[in-house]
Amino acid sequence: MTSLSLIDVRKSYGATPVLDGVTLEMGDCEFIAFLGPSGSGKSTLLRIIAGLEMADSGEVWLEGKRIDALAPGGRGVALVFQQYALYPHMTVRENMAFGLRNAKVPNTEIAARITQAAQTLEIDQLLDRKPGQLSGGQRQRVAIGRAIVKEPKLFLLDEPLSNLDAALRNRTRVELAQLRQRVRAAVIMVTHDQAEAMTLADRIVVMNDRKIQQVGAPMEIYDRPANRFVARFVGSPAMTILPAQGHAASGGYAQVQLKNGTLIQTRVSTADLPDDGEIEIGLRPEHVTVTAPGSGTIDGEAVIVERLGDRTLVYARLDDGSEIVAVDRGDSSVRMGVRVGLQIDGACAHLFDADGTCHHAERDQL
Amino acid sequence: MMERRVSGMVFVLPFIGLYCFLLILPFVMGLWISFHRADLFGSRHWVGLDNYVRLFADPVFYQAMGTTFTLAVLIVPALTLITLLLALALNRASRSAAIFRGLFFSSSVLSVTIVTLIWRFVLTPDSGLIAKLLTAMGIEPLPFLSDPNLTVPALAITTIWWGLGLPMMLFLAGLQQIPQDMYEAASLDGANRWTTFFRITLPSLRRTTILVIMLQTAAQLQIFGQAQLLTQGGPSGSSRPIVLYIYEVAFGRWELGYAIAAAEVLLLLILALMLAQYWLSTRGEEVQR
Repeated sequence: MTSLSLIDVRKSYGATPVLDGVTLEMGDCEFIAFLGPSGSGKSTLLRIIAGLEMADSGEVWLEGKRIDALAPGGRGVALVFQQYALYPHMTVRENMAFGLRNAKVPNTEIAARITQAAQTLEIDQLLDRKPGQLSGGQRQRVAIGRAIVKEPKLFLLDEPLSNLDAALRNRTRVELAQLRQRVRAAVIMVTHDQAEAMTLADRIVVMNDRKIQQVGAPMEIYDRPANRFVARFVGSPAMTILPAQGHAASGGYAQVQLKNGTLIQTRVSTADLPDDGEIEIGLRPEHVTVTAPGSGTIDGEAVIVERLGDRTLVYARLDDGSEIVAVDRGDSSVRMGVRVGLQIDGACAHLFDADGTCHHAERDQL
Repeated sequence: MMERRVSGMVFVLPFIGLYCFLLILPFVMGLWISFHRADLFGSRHWVGLDNYVRLFADPVFYQAMGTTFTLAVLIVPALTLITLLLALALNRASRSAAIFRGLFFSSSVLSVTIVTLIWRFVLTPDSGLIAKLLTAMGIEPLPFLSDPNLTVPALAITTIWWGLGLPMMLFLAGLQQIPQDMYEAASLDGANRWTTFFRITLPSLRRTTILVIMLQTAAQLQIFGQAQLLTQGGPSGSSRPIVLYIYEVAFGRWELGYAIAAAEVLLLLILALMLAQYWLSTRGEEVQR
């Protein structure tokens, strides 16, 4: 069953368009992340769904009911604000009860829902405190609790982890994933952090420049990015993109030539590629490995060496000045300034044509 | 350590010096003079607590105190409510709101003399604005400045008109402090306008309201200029507030010691009221964000 549908939603502030015809279908109880840089329109889209902003045109449907003309309180959605927006003069209990009182839920029902939610979120000790007496993590839980007790059809989370420190963020991420199993509702989370989106969401909606760039499962987005923007935005460190020249096909797959003449055999079918002209080759760091100088596909100079423990990231500069990110073992002996060889796994490379569309390597049939 | 304390003292010394010279010293001197029969020419004669004993037996003192408290009761709640409503109405970014904010604040920059003159034009029984309006409607004009039952309300209205600016600005500042997402959360919680006002806006203005009430109470207990210029405290002392009484005793009857004794009593009263209000308003208040 469809949970939320957006049909051609448009919005502009004065002469500045912020959303340019967004259309999206969400499955029942699906967890979707809106991922994109600031200014991509993702927060505006969330606020339009919540009813805090009005779209200029387009339709918003939730579980078969059109909601874009309804007041925020009548839509059956709950929003967890980035800054939590707890009422400072009310206790935690009153914060959670406020929306239910307005909806004329009976008192016994309110008490039962609050007890239930407080247990789930382990905030039952805090019910009589005020937000000012809580830590950041506790406020976050209360804000989530305030959303849960409303038993909404759709949860909206606005950058839910951005105000927490690193340790708490990881913990809360796990908790959100667990919580998600317990509440039967669809969830939309806005984030600019791809790790959050990748770990929590069933599907990611990558947004940039007022438009949806790609909708897909996390690994699909990572493995088969739709275009140059998605390829660069998802994945850390970002995919290396080098200018290249298309070359004669070999067995139906494109062979490309880097600027210094190195040939790389890809597994991208030539059928989709433009006949000739400039193309770009995209390489994830894990598809470029460090070898002894002269023994790899190409040589370069190590500019930055990042030791992450289990692996080492080597940022190398090629002779033509372009940079490429490669991976080495955790105990790598590469130091900054030395020459290294780079083994490129051409079978995993992506190719981008002139308008930025990404062409993927064909997978082996298993 | 010692050196740091000395250098710290050097920094605060100018302020402490000025504070002592301008506030503490006159206060102690005043207290000292209140134990004397003293006039403005420096003659002093120790009388102990005699001034205070006389004061507490003086019916005019009690009348003036009564008038003062009546004025405060008439002015403070009304002024608080009116300025809160004005702030709520004008708390928007439109051009007209900015013009009205300036308009309502403008009365505050006028001196008491101008304010009194304006209200004399409005209130004068035979040719004032109100009198003309009432006559036009066929109603007998009211003697605002000569009827003992009307002088105190007339003073209160004049004072409220004069004092709108500052409390309105304080409430506006308080309203600006309420984060927008609080209202968004309330709208998602399905709160209507009244619920939002009574459960979100008003509680958020709690501190501002307390501040306004305390400032206004302290100010209105010292009401003076309007009363002196509009009614001279009359008729028969019906609109004479305590500060006007102190002024008359000191500079009319030249009984400096007696006047200062009355001033000390007023000071203690204001202090006690302020402390009581502070205690009442902070009681039960917990740490807030």
